[in-house]
Amino acid sequence: MSSFPHKHLLGLEDYSADDILKILDTAESMKEILARPIRKVPTLRGVTVVNLFFESSTRTRISFELAEKRLSADTVNFSSSGSSLSKGETLLDTARNIEAMKIDIVVIRHRAAGAPHFLAHHLEAVIVNAGDGCHEHPTQALLDVLTLRQKFGSVKGLRVTVVGDIAHSRVALSNIHALKKLGATVAICGPATLIPRDVAGLGVGVVYSIDDAIAQSDVLNVLRIQLERQEAGLFPTLREYQKYFGVTRTRLEKAQRPLTILHPGPINRGIEITSDVADSEHSLILDQVTNGVAVRMAVLYLLSGAKQ
Amino acid sequence: MELEGNVLGIRQASRLHLVGARIVDPATQLDTVADLMIENGVIRRIGSTEGGPGEERINLAGKLITPGWFDLHVHFREPGKEVAETIASGSLAALNGGFTGVAVMPNTNPPLDHAGIVSWVKNQATPFPIDLQVIAAVSKGRQGKELVEMAELCEHGVQAFSDDGSPVASSWLLRHALEYANMLGAVICEHAEDRDLAANGVIHEGAVATKLGLPGIPSVAETLGVLRALLLAEYTGARIHLCHVSTAGAIEWVRWAKNRGIRVTAEVTPHHLLLTDEACATFDTSTKTNPPLREETDRQACLEALADGTMDVIATDHAPHPFEDKASEFEQAPFGIIGLETALGLCLTHLCPRYLSLQKLLEKVVAMPRQVLGLPPVRIAEGEKANLTMIDPDAKWTVAPEKFLSMSRNTPFAGWELKGRAIGTISHDRYWIRDS
Amino acid sequence: MEYRIKTVLVDAQGFDRTLTRLAHEIVERNRGTANLAIVGMQTRGVFLAKRLAEKIQTAEGIGVPLGTLDATLYRDDFRTRLKSPKAQITDIPFDIYDMNLVLVDDVLYTGRTVRAALDALMDFGRPRRIQLAVLVDRGHREMPIRPDFIGKNIPTSMNEEVRVRMNEIDGEDAVLLVEVSP
Repeated sequence: MSSFPHKHLLGLEDYSADDILKILDTAESMKEILARPIRKVPTLRGVTVVNLFFESSTRTRISFELAEKRLSADTVNFSSSGSSLSKGETLLDTARNIEAMKIDIVVIRHRAAGAPHFLAHHLEAVIVNAGDGCHEHPTQALLDVLTLRQKFGSVKGLRVTVVGDIAHSRVALSNIHALKKLGATVAICGPATLIPRDVAGLGVGVVYSIDDAIAQSDVLNVLRIQLERQEAGLFPTLREYQKYFGVTRTRLEKAQRPLTILHPGPINRGIEITSDVADSEHSLILDQVTNGVAVRMAVLYLLSGAKQ
Repeated sequence: MELEGNVLGIRQASRLHLVGARIVDPATQLDTVADLMIENGVIRRIGSTEGGPGEERINLAGKLITPGWFDLHVHFREPGKEVAETIASGSLAALNGGFTGVAVMPNTNPPLDHAGIVSWVKNQATPFPIDLQVIAAVSKGRQGKELVEMAELCEHGVQAFSDDGSPVASSWLLRHALEYANMLGAVICEHAEDRDLAANGVIHEGAVATKLGLPGIPSVAETLGVLRALLLAEYTGARIHLCHVSTAGAIEWVRWAKNRGIRVTAEVTPHHLLLTDEACATFDTSTKTNPPLREETDRQACLEALADGTMDVIATDHAPHPFEDKASEFEQAPFGIIGLETALGLCLTHLCPRYLSLQKLLEKVVAMPRQVLGLPPVRIAEGEKANLTMIDPDAKWTVAPEKFLSMSRNTPFAGWELKGRAIGTISHDRYWIRDS
Repeated sequence: MEYRIKTVLVDAQGFDRTLTRLAHEIVERNRGTANLAIVGMQTRGVFLAKRLAEKIQTAEGIGVPLGTLDATLYRDDFRTRLKSPKAQITDIPFDIYDMNLVLVDDVLYTGRTVRAALDALMDFGRPRRIQLAVLVDRGHREMPIRPDFIGKNIPTSMNEEVRVRMNEIDGEDAVLLVEVSP
């Protein structure tokens, strides 16, 4: 029995390998619950969780909500796709209202990087980051490494390349932190305009050719590419993106060995990844979704246990 | 005019006897321990003096007297955003920080773009013993389209123009502003930045921005803006002053321009000299400013440029914002750091004497700021009006924003331990001194 | 936590004899091994259950289903503790419907862990009967819970604790009475 050394999950940058492994181990116990006839335990009875989604994300919200319900927490949902300012209420006021309503855990998705840190600064409640702007999406990265660990036994030594719009991806950043800490070799691949500046400081290699990425990887984590980046002038067309960075069966077959495929969803079939790859036996996309609930249960369990 | 809420205890300097301070003035090559006798705001005698009847005697042994400090770049938010700062609160903050003069930027609401409003602003400052200079807008309404009535503004005491907060919107307008201002002997103070490149950035583009997932402002946005300003100054033969230079790239071009004889002066802020983008790593909005806090190589370049004279002026870019505006998501918080009440302590603790001698420092905060605006120099000499900053060079203090006289608290220096503090000023026939 | 060994209550030999007796009592009370299953509670109860199953196999020539239960997620002290107990694996690889379950734990004390374990078992189905086997009953019950099979009754004071040590994790079989410094 040992205490979990964090009050919040704001990002994986300040989590150690041990912290991450503890979450993964706990998630394995949670997975077993999900396979029972009664998929619910009373652990968080009396704990109130609010899911604050300032940006729509049906999948992540459902995954969190299921995790909370499986642990018997009381859950409240708040969704607003506009920014807090356009609603006329500041995030600070929203935060203070939450405080007044005696909420124990806040799960927050927000378009502004650092919004969870802001809440953590102003609230007593436990804060779980469900994705903040282009900063971090820690539970996504945790479920990604859990999925890889289940397949490979360990993440250590794995060669993983994150493919796509790295510059605007919270998934990429959290994945880089988690994978590096667990001893994987991480590279990123995408058009130069979607690779952030000074990314070498994160300890990752950069490749600009998807064929090179395939040749040197065991795993590809393929990110969703968004039309709005084309409209912002960051790459010419989705067609050209698909042609030069799309993950296709033909490209994968050039490698001597099968590559494992991850994708955080939702998938643009035929753009960043073709259907035959997404649905192949080497794709772990649906395992990721299942693991998402278990990982979020583990996070909620460990963080509420650490509460004084 | 009566002074309401006189928190500093400002009073007339009718007969004042300052005893035993070290008096330093590079302009008169003075560096001596002596007494100062001041009568009706004028320095009567420097040297050992006998006290007389009816005079106020202040023992300043171990303290320092310099000519009054001048901040070339402040925002006083009045009119328009009086919850952040007023001319009164800003003036008191300046005095509290040891400044006897400030130049206020025109990006108020409405902007300071015609003689009437400039006179009104100057009038608001008259209760305070401070020299408040107005830098007027370059363009009407700061819209970047038409020039303000520069000649009439100059007649009302304006000597500098700036669209600060933004660069002059078009190269066309900047060129003509330079030509017109040059005809009047005035200077354009340019906030040099390529807005296309800066786009929606909120932090310096680099490793920290990448780690935080925040949109970056590339250093080349400043370099490009500086280069535009320098080339247009050369082409028009006009004088240009560069506000808050922050990048190694821009500094190289300023150095190049000075060697080439382009009439350029430049300023750097204490926060760009002392902080890097690492300070933003906790999403603390008090570190959000434009130009953003840069990388260590940029900071070192700023320090070097300050020491070798490429940077002429230290100015604070005092940019107050109320708590409720700064207490928000990093991307939504306004840009700006306040500096009037920390600058002197920061300079004496961290810059002098490590990078600058006291004499050199005083050039950057006393002589050069006034020279950029074409103001007469302030000197410590018998017969001169007393315009002095009194400093306790050994005072150790902790930056406590809640004690600021500014109405705002947005400083990244809260909690810093500093050595050296303003303990009083004398100007405009009046003085105040801090109770020790 | 600092503690001092006061007495070795049961040594390795006694440990094995006690388990043999418990195995026989379980079979006797249940009139054989039909519909009998054993569920060990994390952590040492799991190894006790395994050994009991082996002894039943030896005596009766027939194996009984064996399961592992972790009641951590059902505990009632979760919110008041400063530490988050490690959630361990629960593995009950058989249908518990209509079974005679024997729940095995090392030390019975307040009864709260057994209460949690009973709740947990209910989430797996409806057994015919649940019996409780413990190696040591040290008293101080806070719940109306009574063991069906007891290895040793060891009355203790509040500042004493009973430590069960097992070969599988501790390198020896023994039951110790220890004094815990406050």
